[in-house]
Formats: sequence, C-alpha cells, structure tokens
Amino acid sequence: MTFSPSHFSAVVLFAACVSTVFGITMRETPPRMLRYGIYCFVLFVGSAILLSWVMYLIAR
Amino acid sequence: MAATEDKKATGRAAQNGFVYLPLIAGWLVPGAGHFLLRKWGRGALLAIAIVCMFGLGLAMQGRLYAKADDILDMLGLVGDLGSGLLYIVSRAIGLGSETVQLTTADYGTRFIVVAGLLNVIAAVDAHNLRTGRKA
Repeated sequence: MTFSPSHFSAVVLFAACVSTVFGITMRETPPRMLRYGIYCFVLFVGSAILLSWVMYLIAR
Repeated sequence: MAATEDKKATGRAAQNGFVYLPLIAGWLVPGAGHFLLRKWGRGALLAIAIVCMFGLGLAMQGRLYAKADDILDMLGLVGDLGSGLLYIVSRAIGLGSETVQLTTADYGTRFIVVAGLLNVIAAVDAHNLRTGRKA
C-alpha cells in the first residue's frame, strides 16, 4: 500500500500527530493539553503557509 | 481532604516497584508506559499519534535507516530506534528497505524518524509521571 499526499496534506498530518504528542507531554491538565495542542497545530500549519507565500513571492 | 489522601496514596504507590519500567515499556511500545500508570486516555492518544505517524511514513515509502555510515545516517538511525519494537519488527519483515526517489518518500523517511523521537518524548513523560515529577 502506498500513500502519496500533497505537500499541504503532509504538513497537516505531521502537525496533527506532533501536536497531539506535544500537547499531552508538555502540559499537566487536560484543558491545558488541548489548548497547547491546538496552539502547536496552528503554529505548524500557519508557519508552513506563511513560508510558502514568502518563497512564492521570492521566486517571482 | 479525601483528595489529598488519594494523592498521597498514589504517590506512595508510585514509589513501589521498578521505577524505569514505564520508560522502557513506553519506548518498546508507544503509549505502554502511560497504560502501565493507568493513564488510559493519554496512552491511547500517544499510541495512535505515534503509530499513525510511523505507519504513514512507511506508506509514503519512507526508508528505515539500517546502517550508520556517516553522521546523518547515524542520527537517522538513532531517531528510528526511538520507535522501539515498531522499528525492530518493521526491519525484521523487510519494510522500508527500498530507496525510492520520490518527494513523498523523503517525507515518509522524516515521518518515521520524527515518530521515533516523539516516542522517546512520550516514554520520558511516562517516567516523569512514574517518579511524581509530573501530575
């Protein structure tokens, strides 16, 4: 079985898995774990989108 | 008052037995360290996240590092070994042994390495819970 996601799908999958582990391991209470997990996910995906636009504008 | 007593009892229970067992179990099987400490929800989420990441890496035709010829291979091997039995079993059945020249295959290799590193973080977290350093 092979799986070929787009670049963005790969970023989203990566961010989801890593944020889950970061959220659980870096905070002590479930509400704070959830908040930190969402924060990490948004930062991962947001920074990927931002850097993509920067590279797009540099390439033009 | 009852909550304080419960906490003390849990703390006393945490001092009994082999203190490194959750660390070793968590390294060998993702989430097992938390399961041993009866943190079912956390353990299940960690196991799902790490096993999914490892599986996605293999599905993207990522490569498992097998030898340490140079420093980058060595670092990759250390990251892969963090997955514990997932790495050992995958090597044993011959998964991730082909080198594929695809962008997603390179992503897959990184997914596998990061899954191993996340598993180490999760195992250390289980150890911290066991020693009482974390609640």
